[in-house]
Amino acid sequence: MSTMIETNNPVEQFLRTDRMPHIWCPGCGIGTTVNCFSRAIERCGIDSDKLAIVSGIGCTGRVAGYLRLDSFHTTHGRAIPFATGLKLAKPELNVVVYSGDGDLIAIGGNHFIHAARRNVDITVICVNNFNYAMTGGQVAPTTPVDEVGTTAPYGTCERPFNLPFLAESCGAVYVARWTTYHVRQLTQSMAEAMNKKGFAFVEVISPCPTLYERRNRLGTGLDRMKWFKDNSVIDGSVETRFCDISSQQKIVCGKFVDVDHPSYLEITEAKMASVYGQRRWEEVLREQRKPIGRWGVKD
Amino acid sequence: MSGDRRKALIGAYYIDGDHAVAEGAIAAGCNFVAGYPITPSTEIVERLAWRFPDTGGTFIQMEDEIASSIAIQGAVWGGAKAMTVSSGPGISLMMEHIGLAAMTEVPCVIVNVQRGGPSTGLPTLPAQADMMQARWGSHGDYEIIALSPNSPQECFDLIIHAFNLSEQYRVPVLFMMDESVGHLTEKVVIPSSDKIQLVPRRYTKLPPGEYEPYEVGDDLVPDFAEVGKGYRFHVTGLTHDEKGYPVMNAECQKQLVCRLVDKIKNNVDRISFYHEDCVDDADVVVVTYGISSRVAMPAIRQARKKGVKVGHLRLVVVWPFPESYIRQLAGRVKAFVVPELNLGQISLVVERCAAGNCKVRSVPHAGGTVHDPQVVCEAVLEAVR
Repeated sequence: MSTMIETNNPVEQFLRTDRMPHIWCPGCGIGTTVNCFSRAIERCGIDSDKLAIVSGIGCTGRVAGYLRLDSFHTTHGRAIPFATGLKLAKPELNVVVYSGDGDLIAIGGNHFIHAARRNVDITVICVNNFNYAMTGGQVAPTTPVDEVGTTAPYGTCERPFNLPFLAESCGAVYVARWTTYHVRQLTQSMAEAMNKKGFAFVEVISPCPTLYERRNRLGTGLDRMKWFKDNSVIDGSVETRFCDISSQQKIVCGKFVDVDHPSYLEITEAKMASVYGQRRWEEVLREQRKPIGRWGVKD
Repeated sequence: MSGDRRKALIGAYYIDGDHAVAEGAIAAGCNFVAGYPITPSTEIVERLAWRFPDTGGTFIQMEDEIASSIAIQGAVWGGAKAMTVSSGPGISLMMEHIGLAAMTEVPCVIVNVQRGGPSTGLPTLPAQADMMQARWGSHGDYEIIALSPNSPQECFDLIIHAFNLSEQYRVPVLFMMDESVGHLTEKVVIPSSDKIQLVPRRYTKLPPGEYEPYEVGDDLVPDFAEVGKGYRFHVTGLTHDEKGYPVMNAECQKQLVCRLVDKIKNNVDRISFYHEDCVDDADVVVVTYGISSRVAMPAIRQARKKGVKVGHLRLVVVWPFPESYIRQLAGRVKAFVVPELNLGQISLVVERCAAGNCKVRSVPHAGGTVHDPQVVCEAVLEAVR
């Protein structure tokens, strides 16, 4: 009896294989999330030519460089405003911001809350590994109380952000959280988020065995996956304000928010149609979509 | 009010520099502006917020200047012609993204209506003290282009030129106004769009697969590929090769950074733009830019009445600096006099180019108002003594 061997990896079409090997450590969860994301692209039915990915700086910031899409590796914390400009200039693009907790929530926190408030039609995927890994394991605004990092050697005293609660309270229309253990649910959420109109947010809790797990004596990447399995509960009906993460309680996972509100573009276009009248506004839009450089150019 | 099919204005208007910049940007085909309110530049974004929907543009007020300065870059990759507008403190916040635009070669225009600094300084009063910041403000070696208008008419004309230069060389162009030019109201004549020459963005003719985003020809300027068309290109602020992929070594760094600098340095003569008045037989040349050029004019007339041969060299493009021309002049004039609303920024560059071949007399001013022409005149008289 012969065995059929599948030679094509279904996610390979979305990877820049000429850039492998990647920089991520053994046991790191970012690669798992990229795998889920690639499968989500297949599942969501979006033309991947029309899918752009924007990252900031950090370990997760390198995701844009490994995905075979139109990809932008921007500055630290500023992936969201870059994505906002890209989306507004080219509304037919599906724009995904893919970055880490330090990048999106610390230095980029202001942009995060404002993009959610505006309900800009982008998807934000935040890989949360509880620390700044690229720079050697400093504490982040997501580090649970008492856990250590190189800049909090006695354990951090600061209360961490609860990201689903933050996203929901700022106006995100889709909010989900999974760990890298929950690959199927994560893939499903990423696909749903990309198809969602408006600001969609997916948090992924991920191990950083080289720095965070090692310093906090939490074991290897595999140990951490087992811990995620045993210490998470899936319950999307939990109010996001009760989704805080601490070393003493279970991580609440699930899809917490999935509501419909008009996106920034829909609201502004409706406003302009009411100001100018529908017919004139359609004329304006036609004019707007013409390629640049044509206007006023002498041939 | 009359207009062409894009609703750009045509005809003569009595408007200030800030409003003229807004109209000039519309005439240049600018269709994306992200901004944040700051005196004395706010009128520009106010006018664009009002005018843009009808001209087919998008205005968004961002949460800060950092966001504004990168939203415009996202928009450029999305196919827009984009600009942001600010002043002192806001421009300081944008510095990292001027470096990103230089590194990733994003054509965009950054308007700086200069006010007194440092820090919050004099929000409602003029200065020209950001000239060195414009050139060197972001970290690393790079080149930008900076223009300095001296009237509302020039605000209109030169902002179009700024967009054209940014497209031609794929660099951020800094538009160095000051509060007095921004709030100076004069007649501005706006031509019809068929009289305005625009430089279109250069897109690759190669199909996906053959295109490399940072491959260049003789002009050292790479072609764009349109996003969403299957090119699947990568853009990064890291040191990168022709594919746009990060490469962390000294060789790639040298190749990239030298190209970013050379694409401007090799074209200084083409980019340079200045006005001259009686420079040919002058003993003293007053070197000015922006509002200081207008204050220098009565001073120059006064000195000429006293029999001094004074020429006026007004820089319209300040960066890249016309070094070879200044060097050449230094060999035949007795002195340069450089009045500017700072404590001697461009005069330092003039001094370096003069290389001891003639005197260089800085006429510094801490900002808050413009020079007294008498002070400039005395500096000229002293220079020939």
